[in-house]
Amino acid sequence: MTMIKVENLAVSYGHGHNALKVLRDVSFEVAKGETFGLVGESGCGKSTVLGALAGRIKNWSGSIVIDGEGADPKRTKSQLAKQQMVFQDPFGSIHPRHTIGRTLLEPLEIQGMDRRHERIEEVLRDVGLSHNFRYRFPHQLSGGQRQRVAIARALILKPRILLLDEPTSALDVSIQAEILNLLKDLRERENLTYVLVSHDMAVIAHLCDRIAVMHDGIFVEVTTRSSLFRGDVAHPYTRNLLDGSRGYVATKPPREVAVG
Amino acid sequence: MLWLSLVGNPLALGGLIVVAVLVVISALAPLLSTHDPIAQDLAFALKPPSLANWFGTDEFGRDVYSRLVYGARTTLYISILVTVIVAPIGFVIGATAGYLGGWVDTILMRITDIFLSFPSLVLALAFSAALGPGIENAVIAIALTVWPPIARLARAETLTFRHADFVVAAELQGAGMGRVLLHHIVPLCAPSIIIRLTLNMSSIILTAAGLGFLGLGAQPPMPEWGAMAASGRQYLLDAWWLTTVPGVAILVVSLAFNLLGDGLRDIMDPRNA
Ligand SMILES: Nc1ncnc2c1ncn2[C@@H]1O[C@H](COP(=O)(O)OP(=O)(O)OP(=O)(O)O)[C@@H](O)[C@H]1O
Ligand SMILES: [Mg+2]
Repeated sequence: MTMIKVENLAVSYGHGHNALKVLRDVSFEVAKGETFGLVGESGCGKSTVLGALAGRIKNWSGSIVIDGEGADPKRTKSQLAKQQMVFQDPFGSIHPRHTIGRTLLEPLEIQGMDRRHERIEEVLRDVGLSHNFRYRFPHQLSGGQRQRVAIARALILKPRILLLDEPTSALDVSIQAEILNLLKDLRERENLTYVLVSHDMAVIAHLCDRIAVMHDGIFVEVTTRSSLFRGDVAHPYTRNLLDGSRGYVATKPPREVAVG
Repeated sequence: MLWLSLVGNPLALGGLIVVAVLVVISALAPLLSTHDPIAQDLAFALKPPSLANWFGTDEFGRDVYSRLVYGARTTLYISILVTVIVAPIGFVIGATAGYLGGWVDTILMRITDIFLSFPSLVLALAFSAALGPGIENAVIAIALTVWPPIARLARAETLTFRHADFVVAAELQGAGMGRVLLHHIVPLCAPSIIIRLTLNMSSIILTAAGLGFLGLGAQPPMPEWGAMAASGRQYLLDAWWLTTVPGVAILVVSLAFNLLGDGLRDIMDPRNA
């Protein structure tokens, strides 16, 4: 069953002569319950793909179908609630002057949902925070706890899709695994579909079923996790990226260095 | 916390005390005054300060001290009314411009620039003259000169947060412009707008006094500091207290608001932390 179907998606910023084509003809499908990874160098358009899916970017062309329903550039409130975004920086994605309770209440107010108190308690439990976090301000939380709140805020609208833009790269290495495990559990429990952007091959390996490799606004290759890690990839650019992620590989044995 | 840091800043605390005293005097004017502020008695005209008339009497024999006390009411009334009118108008214009951008921003900011390009006293004078003398018209005229810097400030603050992730997150959950401005932008730019409004108080008071001085503000016999100073002008050599007393009052109160505003800026503005 297809959750997301994107055909010939193109996005450009600016008009006329200095229009910058950021996405050129991107097409892909994501099945229900699948995690679709996006990798590629900085500036290749990964966040732009998420932005178009989320409804943040409005001047795209092509077609986006979410959960069987065609999405216009301008979304209705219920269409917006179908997919929610988790941002990279948990320090900038939560309002600094709102308590956690208020942050979680707001989406419920916007969408006119009932049982607000219960839903807030539920979602806090789901992301592994105790319910008295409601009274705290973001500056009283650690980075990992904030990212849990950001995930809770996204989940409280009961979306079908989570769009994750480097959800762990601003966190301590020790906390990254916690958040990844949480995301994995939630995906199973809530039957969510993920689109995940990451630079970190370990994150990709942990979560993604299929991975699109992007370069300069197009998908150069869509591959599966197993073939990516077998090194069984077709496009030279993908190979390049894989080598890059393995770190610096010495081509010559290092010279002896005199210690003294 | 705010209070503690205010106590640690003697100048700001002094400003706060003067402002508090002004409020108390205005509230208790009938109790604090020794005479009727508008009762004339020509037999007692231009008497120097004495035990009966602490600050002397004016050319109609009215008690200057009592007029000063009631004048505090006029001053406070004008400055509070102007602030209450200007804060929401300036915020809405500036924040709308910053939020929407594009041609809305261009039009709103050009209008703001036009208002800003005139010296505020001249502009207030022009509006006041056009609207006719009187305290309500003075309030409107002053308000028209005070909103543009507030709008500028609100726009700049809105631009800093316009594309913050928490605003985008709210928009992606369906929040409209009204909700974003009211729930997200207001709490973040309230401190700097409050500081600006406090600092503005002194220029509001001075403009009000200036209009009163020129006969465009409060109308006689209503006591107003600027008008009191103006009427004493003719007797400057024989009756120094007529101009000096309201003049010192204007000076002290506007200085107090300035010190308080500076103190609040030191305390609330994170850039100074
Ligand atoms: N609002 C904008 N106006 C103009 N150009 C933009 C805008 N937003 C992004 N771009 C450009 O679009 C291109 C793609 O940006 P995008 O944010 O999608 O990259 P990315 O793949 O997410 O990069 P990163 O890994 O660094 O987050 C970049 O070249 C960027 O400079
Ligand atoms: Mg990005």
